[in-house]
Amino acid sequence: MENQLKNDFEKIVKTSGFSKKDIDIKKIYLNEFIKKGFPSRKLENWKFSDISQIIKKHIGDLNFYNDYSLPNKIDPSIFVNGLEHNKIVFINGRIEKIEFNYEDENKIEIKDVLELNDKSNFENSLVDLNNAFTNKYYKIVIKENYALKKPLVIYHTTKESLHRKNINLRLDFLLKKNSCLKIIDISNDLSEKNFINILYNFELNQDSILKNYKIDQKTSNNIKYSFNNIDQDINSVSETFILSSGSNFIKNEINCNLNGKYSSAFINGIFSLNEKRHHEIRTSINHLIDNTKSYQLIKSVLENDSKSVYQGKIYVNSDAQKTDGYQLSKAILLSENAEFNAKPELEIYADDVKCSHGSASGNLNQESIFYLMSRGLNYKQAKELLINGFLLDVIEKITDSEIRNLVKSLIGVKE
Amino acid sequence: MREKELEKLKDYKYGFSTDIETIKAPKGLNEEVIKFISNIKKEPEWMLDWRLKAFNRLKVLKEPNWQKPKYPKIDYQNIYYYSAPKSTSEKPKNLKDLDPKILETYNKLGIPLQEQKRLNGIAVDAVFDSVSVATTFKDTLTEKGIIFCSISEAIQKHPDLVKKYIGSVIPINDHYFATLNSAVFTDGSFVYVPPNTRCPMELSTYFRINASDTGQFERTLIIADKGSYVSYLEGCTAPMRDENQLHAANVELVALDNAEIKYSTVQNWYPGDKDGKGGIYNFVTKRGLCKGTNSKISWTQVETGSAITWKYPSCILKGDNSIGEFYSIAITNNHQKADTGTKMIHLGKNTKSKIISKGISAGFSDMTYRGLVDISSKAHNSSNYTQCDSLLMGNKCGAHTVPYIKNKNSESNIAHEATTSKISEEQLHYCQQRGLNSEEAVGLIVNGFCKEVLQQLPMEFAVEAQKLVGISLEGSVG
Repeated sequence: MENQLKNDFEKIVKTSGFSKKDIDIKKIYLNEFIKKGFPSRKLENWKFSDISQIIKKHIGDLNFYNDYSLPNKIDPSIFVNGLEHNKIVFINGRIEKIEFNYEDENKIEIKDVLELNDKSNFENSLVDLNNAFTNKYYKIVIKENYALKKPLVIYHTTKESLHRKNINLRLDFLLKKNSCLKIIDISNDLSEKNFINILYNFELNQDSILKNYKIDQKTSNNIKYSFNNIDQDINSVSETFILSSGSNFIKNEINCNLNGKYSSAFINGIFSLNEKRHHEIRTSINHLIDNTKSYQLIKSVLENDSKSVYQGKIYVNSDAQKTDGYQLSKAILLSENAEFNAKPELEIYADDVKCSHGSASGNLNQESIFYLMSRGLNYKQAKELLINGFLLDVIEKITDSEIRNLVKSLIGVKE
Repeated sequence: MREKELEKLKDYKYGFSTDIETIKAPKGLNEEVIKFISNIKKEPEWMLDWRLKAFNRLKVLKEPNWQKPKYPKIDYQNIYYYSAPKSTSEKPKNLKDLDPKILETYNKLGIPLQEQKRLNGIAVDAVFDSVSVATTFKDTLTEKGIIFCSISEAIQKHPDLVKKYIGSVIPINDHYFATLNSAVFTDGSFVYVPPNTRCPMELSTYFRINASDTGQFERTLIIADKGSYVSYLEGCTAPMRDENQLHAANVELVALDNAEIKYSTVQNWYPGDKDGKGGIYNFVTKRGLCKGTNSKISWTQVETGSAITWKYPSCILKGDNSIGEFYSIAITNNHQKADTGTKMIHLGKNTKSKIISKGISAGFSDMTYRGLVDISSKAHNSSNYTQCDSLLMGNKCGAHTVPYIKNKNSESNIAHEATTSKISEEQLHYCQQRGLNSEEAVGLIVNGFCKEVLQQLPMEFAVEAQKLVGISLEGSVG
């Protein structure tokens, strides 16, 4: 793999216009990745999902070089119907379109960022990989006191031709004081056996609001990793919702730093899996100052041989008095071979806090099924109704009504 | 100087040391030392082979480093692996032959070995440094066919039983400290309860580290044959010394069909002084195997001592309908660190487990609950309930919860709950208003917080434990 990485890196250096400084920084990241390689189960954070094995087994050898010189044609059928929205379109990892048609142009700034900072702490080798190979990334700045009128949908599309490739993409967002942004991530994959590595950075200034929705619903045979880092200032709010369903393997990682007083973070997620899918959500919420709040709710419905993993961590610094942290994960195992793993972790160094977590897993409650069947429903209907109610609980947590309805229609949950 | 000593003793009343002559193996860890231990114990050859096999395995193993409390590197060559009071090189036949100084030590600790003094019968096996010095109530137990003796004695007198079960729960190629113990273990207790027998009294072992620079490596093996019941207690103390001492014990429990073992520990090793100097490293492996159907193993522990406690009493629920329970109170104060919890491994059908863990941290201490609940795909209709609560006193300490939950069976249920909080002002106010001072109030609230676990302890221990909870937290309320 080492030679492949070095050769592909040389190709990128040749074809893109990076400055000498950037190349030097990228090289540091590359060497760091070569040293560590893909994470394996020996690392605590990858205990339940050994991505190095998964890539080896599912993809084999990866190619790290992508030719970004020619634009791809955008197929408009991928766009969400009946929802007015702004768009960013990625095709095979290349940004094809950034369009804010519904917004005030002066309030949004799109910066073409070439310079990298070398401040990474090298804890996550996939972030190193991303930093070494991202070709180009943008920083989107929402200016003070501006709330986007329409949500921003980010389309991640891959074409059939893409095979055994590693795609790295990155976006940074800066929400200035009292601004508001809604993002929806939607993936459409026609390709197979690729490893897609997505990195988002969010910086939330005072009083800003981020609503971050991730929808992985369409069937895909790619392996995906998504890392979101959210830094929050005073009184800011972040809301993340993850629908994890379609991909062969996906791990969503959210790292949230509550740096400002009265800031709060909400993470809700649904795993709805069948076949041999293996999905993971790992969250790490760092309460670094007093009077902050976090809330997490993750539910799984598992069929066939599927497997879901939830690793959630609440960290409370010794300065973070009056923290309120809550975390709940529940799973319904519908098949004998389904598997649910959880590691809800609390790390607390302050005494005046209220932190709790709960986790429950098991089959559908037979008494509830009996109750419904005695009222005339057949087994299938009773089961559907119960699962419906189980998932609705999480969907109701989505604060944006338009998006709530969209998610409901996507997974067929009725009220 | 003397005054200083006395001042120290106020904090940890078991901190005295007894001045007696000892026989020691040469310092260091090598084949010679293992042969020395085996020789002095007059062990049969298979035992020595077993030890050497473990020692060979140890050479390739590495010390684990995933735990939260970090400690300075232990120099394994600078430890005495065997230390015994000289006067007991021949084990005394009865208490009259026992060195009066040892007897005095145990009386000071509140463990009377003289049988006539006991009102309610508890049979005691006392382990002083590396060897078992006295076992009480032997006759009463022998009548029933119950074997309760030191493990060295069992190796000689009941080799078949020992050979069959030793290493069957903790194999010699387990993790580093367990394997170290297999190679150099010096003594410990052995219990065998014959079929359909209910052990008429509590069995108890009292461990005492006395000599300096020694490690204590005891091995306990308890076998409950079909339809039997036994309740076993374990207590431990050590003198105050400025250096850290290692205690790496192995405890193996085997419960056959319809048998029940109840294992209680009150651990009060020397925790180090206020600045975190000295204290015992308590790296213990405890594992129970519910081998037969309808068997049950219950662990209860009160952990107040040790500089670092690092242990996970576990249950392997292999037999159908077997039950595993874990009740724990862990208290850390000053600079103590604890990383403790349990593992419940469900293999058989209809297996049940329950985990109640209460952690209290004060001062500059750090406490972690780490637990595993693993329901395998064949463990149909199994269930687990876990509750772990932590109480924090002050903002210089930490309380952490790291549960691992694995469910591979759709017919099984796992429920886990955890909370972290502090003693509320209202509760304190309520108690103080009724005439308690703040320390008494905290003591009362903490005892209430721990009640669920304290109830599980045998009566005599419960009283001691309750006191211990109070003592450990002294000075933590300001």
